[in-house]
Amino acid sequence: MAEHLIEFRNIKKSYGSVDALGGIDLYVDKGEVLGLIGDNGAGKSTLIKILAGVVKPTCGEIIVRGRPVSGWNAGRSREAGIETVFQDRALALQQSIVHNIFMGRELVGMFGWLKLKQQLAEADRLMREIGFTSEAYTPRSIVGQLSGGERQGVAIARAIYKQADLIVLDEPTTALSLAETAKVFQFVRQVRASGRSIILIDHNIHHIFDIADRFAVLDRGKIVLEADRSKVKSVKELVGFMEHVARAASAGGGHAKAAGGVAP
Amino acid sequence: MTDLADQSRPRSRTTKATEVETGWHHPSEHRLRRLVLEHRAALGTLAVFLVMMSIFIAANPAVFMTWSIYSSVLTTLPVALFVVVPLVFVVTGGEIDLSFPAVMGFSSWTFALLVQADFDPFIAMAAAILTGLVLGFCVGALVVYAGLSSLIATLGMNFLLRGLIQIVNEGKSIALVTLGDSPAYKIFSSEILGVPVQIFWAVGFVIFATLLYNRHRFGAHVKAVGDNPDSAKQMGINVKRVRVKLFVFMGIGAAIGGTFSTMINFTWWPTAGDGYLLPVLASVFVGGTPTWGGVGTVVGGAIGTLTVAFIQTGVVAAGLSGFYVQFFNGLIIILSLVGHRWNQERYR
Ligand SMILES: Nc1ncnc2c1ncn2[C@@H]1O[C@H](COP(=O)(O)OP(=O)(O)OP(=O)(O)O)[C@@H](O)[C@H]1O
Ligand SMILES: [Mg+2]
Repeated sequence: MAEHLIEFRNIKKSYGSVDALGGIDLYVDKGEVLGLIGDNGAGKSTLIKILAGVVKPTCGEIIVRGRPVSGWNAGRSREAGIETVFQDRALALQQSIVHNIFMGRELVGMFGWLKLKQQLAEADRLMREIGFTSEAYTPRSIVGQLSGGERQGVAIARAIYKQADLIVLDEPTTALSLAETAKVFQFVRQVRASGRSIILIDHNIHHIFDIADRFAVLDRGKIVLEADRSKVKSVKELVGFMEHVARAASAGGGHAKAAGGVAP
Repeated sequence: MTDLADQSRPRSRTTKATEVETGWHHPSEHRLRRLVLEHRAALGTLAVFLVMMSIFIAANPAVFMTWSIYSSVLTTLPVALFVVVPLVFVVTGGEIDLSFPAVMGFSSWTFALLVQADFDPFIAMAAAILTGLVLGFCVGALVVYAGLSSLIATLGMNFLLRGLIQIVNEGKSIALVTLGDSPAYKIFSSEILGVPVQIFWAVGFVIFATLLYNRHRFGAHVKAVGDNPDSAKQMGINVKRVRVKLFVFMGIGAAIGGTFSTMINFTWWPTAGDGYLLPVLASVFVGGTPTWGGVGTVVGGAIGTLTVAFIQTGVVAAGLSGFYVQFFNGLIIILSLVGHRWNQERYR
């Protein structure tokens, strides 16, 4: 079997008495879009924060390109070719767009002196490619002056700047207009076409259904469904399953089994 | 990324392409505007300084025509600059350090002891700087790894270190009689054409620090950490290490400042550095670095230092009694803060 790009093995995370994640086994392959869905508080963001090295798992292993990682942190994660658009966007609002795009990954020459000109040129190019921000803004504009959607554009631009092997998008379209949302999905398709991978978290099941190659449904820290796109006949089936999951959760019972219509 | 560029640009704005090209890069007439905007905190500080000086000079022009009034300020100013500048970094990083007066005293104590024991003053200076570095590291490690509030922890360290100095020295000072003949003294503490050489070293330090702040990865990380530590961490910046480095930098600056002040006086006192606490803090904020972190200005801080240094001299020279000094100190601080408040905005 070919090795997976990323693999989670029995990842658990508890916050005090709250089990945010209770043993996750999941993988992402090269060139695929993995859709991660689940209710609020299901543990989606926690999982991708663990992958990004921001949150330490209580136990479990992350395997990148066939090798278990050790001493995992945010810096290592980015070096391994994983770029994340966090749900909170992780921007520094008093800083310029260019500073945010290169935050933690500055272009430096000898002795750590910044290559400011090159950073500006790259940021300028990136902004034009993405076209998220209005033309009144330059790479020197302060991020705090941008609108919510424009800020989100900066976060997305930052994630795509390096041709990362895996781009993780945690609800990338929440603040975006229809046109901008379409752009994001257009971008997701381009990334897949170039043989790179995406993990996409979105509450809009139609979006996920349209674009993902594989779905994973999280429910209160457990994966309750993992299915290929080809196994799911219609979006109705997926929506039906999600409703089933929500009902099981509100009934306070155990985790929903993948029974409600979807044959896993 | 090129594939994206090729597809998206024509799609979105085929007709406007040329317009965008020209509009995007701000033409040169906007450059001045941008520079003013980017440096408005420093420029505001400069304006305060100039207004203050004009008032002093108008009150007593004759005194301000004599060189000695400037020369005395230029002797003590460098000491403050070596401390104000790193403190701008610390405040930008979202922290505060109140332990620098004791670190100044402690490291210059090392200097004085070694000079007294007939070591070369160069070696004594190096040892003093090393002392400052180690103390800064200890303070930083305490704040960062024990997760303490830097305001309280550094205040505690200030008392603790000063207490140690007092316990050991029991109030006795150290006179450095041989210092004046050494080459180190010539290089660091003499005069060139009547100008105290310390000022050149201090100006060099300010320039270096400005570059560090604006054009070095360290400065970029400090701003990111002070702005939003969570974001900085999420982007892979080692937030704790950056914070410790801030206190180390502060310790080094305090050591140089303390040593310079000992050299100027040929004497080390157990109270060395104590008087700098409030003026230095005032200089940073008068200089236009806000308290909330993420932004700041080294050059503004330097001008702020100049302003604070001239208040005392200026008030007395303008013919007022020394009783007015504190009043004017307060007035300048409040006016500067009001001014900066109006031209700075904190984005949330
Ligand atoms: N720092 C934290 N401290 C304590 N509990 C936390 C923390 N972060 C997350 N949790 C808990 O972990 C669980 C999963 O949270 P997570 O943010 O992963 O959910 P999510 O699936 O991303 O939800 P949403 O769709 O609302 O973003 C929640 O119950 C949350 O309360
Ligand atoms: Mg979430």
